[in-house]
Amino acid sequence: MLRATILSFAIGLAGLVWLGEARSEYADVVLNRNSEAAGMRPVIFPHWFHRIRFRCKVCHNEFGFEMRAGANQVTMGDIYEGKFCGLCHNNQIAWGQENCNLCHTGRPGLPSGIYGGHKTLGPGRW
Amino acid sequence: MPQDADVQNSNAARPLHRVKMTRAGGTLRAALFLVAALGLSTCATERSATPRPTASEAPANLAEDSRVIRFADGRKWRKLAADGLHDPRNDMLQYLQQPAEALSTLPKDGPNGNQVDWMAALRLGAIAPRTSVRPGANIQVLDLDIVFHDTAGQPNVVFPHRQHTEWLDCANCHPAIFIAKRGANDFGMLDVLEGEYCGRCHGAVAFPLTECARCHSRDQQTAGTY
Repeated sequence: MLRATILSFAIGLAGLVWLGEARSEYADVVLNRNSEAAGMRPVIFPHWFHRIRFRCKVCHNEFGFEMRAGANQVTMGDIYEGKFCGLCHNNQIAWGQENCNLCHTGRPGLPSGIYGGHKTLGPGRW
Repeated sequence: MPQDADVQNSNAARPLHRVKMTRAGGTLRAALFLVAALGLSTCATERSATPRPTASEAPANLAEDSRVIRFADGRKWRKLAADGLHDPRNDMLQYLQQPAEALSTLPKDGPNGNQVDWMAALRLGAIAPRTSVRPGANIQVLDLDIVFHDTAGQPNVVFPHRQHTEWLDCANCHPAIFIAKRGANDFGMLDVLEGEYCGRCHGAVAFPLTECARCHSRDQQTAGTY
């Protein structure tokens, strides 16, 4: 009974992980510190899309994004003031802030963090 | 190491998928089995479909179904609506570029990461990412290799500044992550696996840590001094 419970738990958890995380594009970032609490879908930031168009240093040096998922306290207020995402997403370089659901595209309930298919789910975060 | 305490703490406890165990074990087990079976069955039954009409510059794709687009070079990408992150009920999803559309045109890399050799993409001009948005903030490429000798039984690590400075500014790594002084950075592979030092990017956005030989690339006997 106990063994069956543990086994099914493990299989179920593996299924959840497989369904939830393993298939997103490498280095997609989910931002959900404020979104859902404010009634919006989580934001998904695709690194692949942005690095085709901008070198890392543009966001991580000029714009002040820390190179650590979860370390950037970005609010819509900042973006409206032209900080962080708002440096480009202003209808001049990229789409403007009125296109809410182009950025707020995530499934409800997603935890914040960096995603991708490379993780072995072993010790630490790798 | 010189780390911002805020930065450290904010990522200390990453939430994982949690499943709460209750006394209603039978119902829970059944639910978990259902989830697992659903995962396995969707994995096993990816339907092939008719090729989609492609744009003239896009490479021909072999097959496409509601979830995956496959290409002749062996690469495949999930569609956004089926990647587990994007909400398929969001009508605006149709306006976002699909990974397959952009990444399939770029030089191929192994099955890990984005399946794209980003350095080759840059070198060959397949992409031309902007170096700045504000005027005057251009890149400073530094052509200097650093060899890490203390690598236990593994080949020594060669760190090429050139490839890194084509993407990054000096200030991205120095001095917060690496002190810009030879021998001043005492770290090991465990730190990297934990997301520190090289692991800030490698394993998160740059090529992943499964590509051992790309960094551990110099035979110990031939190691020079830098």
